[in-house]
Amino acid sequence: MQSFIQILLRGLLAGLVGGLLAGSFAYTVGEPWLDRAIAVEEAQAAAAPPEPDGHSHEEALVSRSGQKAGLFLATALFGVAMGGLLATAFALLRRRPRAPGGVRSALGLAAAGLVAVVLVPALKYPPNPPGVGDPGTVTARTVSWLLLVVLGLLAGWAAVAAHRALRTAGEAPRAAAAAGAFLATVGAAYAVLPTFQEVPGGFPATLLWSFRLATLGTQFALWVGVGLVFAVLVERLGRSAAAPTATPVAVGA
Amino acid sequence: MSGTTATTQAAAVPARVFWTALAVVGALLLLTYLVAFDNGAVSQSGMLLHELMHDGRHLLGVPCH
Repeated sequence: MQSFIQILLRGLLAGLVGGLLAGSFAYTVGEPWLDRAIAVEEAQAAAAPPEPDGHSHEEALVSRSGQKAGLFLATALFGVAMGGLLATAFALLRRRPRAPGGVRSALGLAAAGLVAVVLVPALKYPPNPPGVGDPGTVTARTVSWLLLVVLGLLAGWAAVAAHRALRTAGEAPRAAAAAGAFLATVGAAYAVLPTFQEVPGGFPATLLWSFRLATLGTQFALWVGVGLVFAVLVERLGRSAAAPTATPVAVGA
Repeated sequence: MSGTTATTQAAAVPARVFWTALAVVGALLLLTYLVAFDNGAVSQSGMLLHELMHDGRHLLGVPCH
């Protein structure tokens, strides 16, 4: 119990660091594109015929500068949540026999998080700036995106399971089986889940592409930050508690 | 396969740790929900939280609008 709380606190701290790192990246690299997308959106709204009741522009609840400050709050809280989930997974998995050592599994789990929670959903449902996306389909898009996050995690699990199942085979066939299991799961998910093509005809392609790269960079900064900080903290915890530990820790294979 | 895994885990993880972990996961998923998806229905903050997290949601790549 003690060790779970110790690991969890380190995960939350690593998440806060990763989240703030992601916020800094998003603020520097992403915000200029977000501003341009909003300008495009507003230009289109201004060109459209005004609302019959006369007020096409509603009062903003949070100003643009407020939203830019909220960016750091959002990435920090999201990072804390992801760091805590990573630490919980780490704490539960390390109790199993044959679990890899602390640093390796901390980094491995963060990499799995990046692939499963970010890359797998983003390739099917690329992130959109303001002005792209039909508000009428937002629920369907959100549900499909969440399903793909879960299926991405499942694909990661399938890869590990395939790798373990071929314990007697050589490393190359095991890696091939892991890759095959992962790609088969993701491919099936991509084929079954609906596709949404909602980019308006006149939307600037460079803006869309740069915005999407910036979102990937933001998530990359978050998960790399979380993984590295968590690995360092866990290693230090392992060293300081090396002698008097209550829980059996499986080190190495 | 999954049956053996479940028993190994159940034997290795004490009940108190398991329930604490479950509560922690629930709380963290709620936090994720508030950042990524809330539009006032759960937080009762109207659209305030939604608007405040607007840029973060977009740049984290969560579906929006």
